[in-house]
Amino acid sequence: MSAWFPFHGGVKTVRHKTESSQRPIQPGLLPSRLVVPLHQHVGATAKPMVQPGDRVLKGQMIGQADGYVSAAVHAPTSGRIMAVDQQPVPHPSGLPDWCVTLETDGEDHWIERKPLDYRRLHPSDLRNAIRNAGVVGLGGAVFPSAVKMNLSGHCERLDHLILNGAECEPWMSCDDLIMRERAAEIVAGIHIMVHVLNPHQVLIGIEDDKPEAIAAMNAACAGTGYQVCPVPTRYPSGGAKQLTKLLTNKEAPVNGRSTDIGVQCFNVATAYTLHRAVNHGEPVISRIVTVTGQVAHPQNIDALLGTAFADLIAQCGGYSDGVERLIMGGPMMGFALHRDDVPVTKATNCILAASARELTLEQPVMPCIRCGDCVDVCPADLLPQQLYWYARAKEFDKARDHHLFSCIECGCCSYVCPSHIPLVQYYRYAKNEIWAREKEKQQAELARQRHRARMERLEREKQEREAKLRQKAPPSRAELVVVPGTGISERNG
Amino acid sequence: MIVAIFTLSALAGASGLLLGFAAVRFKVEGDPVVEKIEAMLPQSQCGQCGYVGCRSYAEAIVAGEADINQCPPGGNNGIIALAELLGRDPKPLNAEYGAEQPKRVAVIDEQSCIGCTLCIQACPVDAILGAAKHMHTVIARECTGCELCLAPCPVDCIQMEPVAATITTWKWTYPVAEIEAA
Repeated sequence: MSAWFPFHGGVKTVRHKTESSQRPIQPGLLPSRLVVPLHQHVGATAKPMVQPGDRVLKGQMIGQADGYVSAAVHAPTSGRIMAVDQQPVPHPSGLPDWCVTLETDGEDHWIERKPLDYRRLHPSDLRNAIRNAGVVGLGGAVFPSAVKMNLSGHCERLDHLILNGAECEPWMSCDDLIMRERAAEIVAGIHIMVHVLNPHQVLIGIEDDKPEAIAAMNAACAGTGYQVCPVPTRYPSGGAKQLTKLLTNKEAPVNGRSTDIGVQCFNVATAYTLHRAVNHGEPVISRIVTVTGQVAHPQNIDALLGTAFADLIAQCGGYSDGVERLIMGGPMMGFALHRDDVPVTKATNCILAASARELTLEQPVMPCIRCGDCVDVCPADLLPQQLYWYARAKEFDKARDHHLFSCIECGCCSYVCPSHIPLVQYYRYAKNEIWAREKEKQQAELARQRHRARMERLEREKQEREAKLRQKAPPSRAELVVVPGTGISERNG
Repeated sequence: MIVAIFTLSALAGASGLLLGFAAVRFKVEGDPVVEKIEAMLPQSQCGQCGYVGCRSYAEAIVAGEADINQCPPGGNNGIIALAELLGRDPKPLNAEYGAEQPKRVAVIDEQSCIGCTLCIQACPVDAILGAAKHMHTVIARECTGCELCLAPCPVDCIQMEPVAATITTWKWTYPVAEIEAA
């Protein structure tokens, strides 16, 4: 398909893709210790199923999906469980989270793998299998794929299934490499999605600065009817909403879902893991991570989940000079890490050792001059400047009315801001504050109900006690009530 | 003249009937402003404002007996919300009634608890579990941090502990980048 439909705004960013995309994907080294977080996805934290001292095999489930929106977690290799406790994880807060620590035995023994014949399985059983294999969106949002593969209640049948290989974030090349090297397996994964979602059309969006990936995907899609669609290189074309607009000219309503307009979007790496999970019975235990920036040999590594960032950096020859900050994700949407001994999770698409040159936000902040540049580049059609004033003044209701929650935090506004105002930080702050207040309100309502229930109970008990007393007392006196203060007895009732 | 008197009387009569009907038909039970104020209060039922429970405080505000700055758990944000609702000027929290502090929950030292049930009777939201001569414990999720259980405890085994930030309750902070003087 040659036609595409431009989305509003966006920016031309620096690319820096070739640093890491010149070498083939390298297998990750097997470290002596893996720390596997139990919360690697959107939704409920997986319930641990192992105890310290247990021996586990590669691919054995160590955390069970807890509820519908959740995903299982598996042992990335064979070994012994050392601990199930709170460990540092890659998170902007720097706070620890629940992890399973595994001492590897170096044997890499697989558990028995059971491939599934998805064509014969009921879609609901297939979705359960996908949840139990820990398949989540690997583009970075880590939303459980089983949930996205359930259309019931939203639309009968998909118009478009979109595979996202745009990878618009600078420095990152993990999706580029997986499309170049594992295109046939991605297509096998798309077959499974097509079987469940039954779309009219399958579109694979890839930015046109990845000719090798486009060629590889074209070759793999030959004869399938899936269309590989090169899209112009413009950040954030890899945002699900932006790619949908580019490929189909459709836009989901505010507060709506993409399925409302008959579209569902998956990352290409997710299709790959789906294929491995269903056709080979291998759960998600590794992912491709771009390690780039100020390291000796930037490259893509197929790393076991739970590998420490420091181990991957060491595999790339260590830090070069001038590293100011370690970022997980790209320079536009990523976040700075407090330490480098945190483990790789399903969300770790890129580790960027940034020097001062990449850290544009470090420049001094100056007052807003109301130039409106941020409005021109906002791909969500918002008024970033207005949202900034509201967030800054803590006028959260107004920010919400101006569709703060449609903001995808892509960072285009901060990127072009001539005053270097950390706009996205303000939006994140406002969103968090609104969520927290909502939660406080719910808790207050619960407390109010409990208080009322208690008062009613006390009242009821008091009446019951009085009724009992009245019964026990001799009938002649029960009929008489003393009128307080008068000393006169009256007949009751 | 007669026509005018007649017309006006008819109008007045009709309106009176209509208003009388509306007063009965659309009668509002309770004071809606009290409900609105109550919905804004933190429902900790702590009594720091000087009234028993949040509802009594809401009623006192409407009656003009209490000011809007007597609720320490609601803090500054709560005062601003009340001021907006009632069309008054916000004012700082009255220090007589206490200071705003981060949310805390009660924790019972289970080793020292003698099972007297006094704290259970004091808890306004039934967040303490236990029975006579058996150990008691606080359901942390339901505890509003009102501190009403502290005073009745004969062995002083209840402590208030701050709620530690976890990865799920953590929030992005207000950007603190200093704006450079132009």
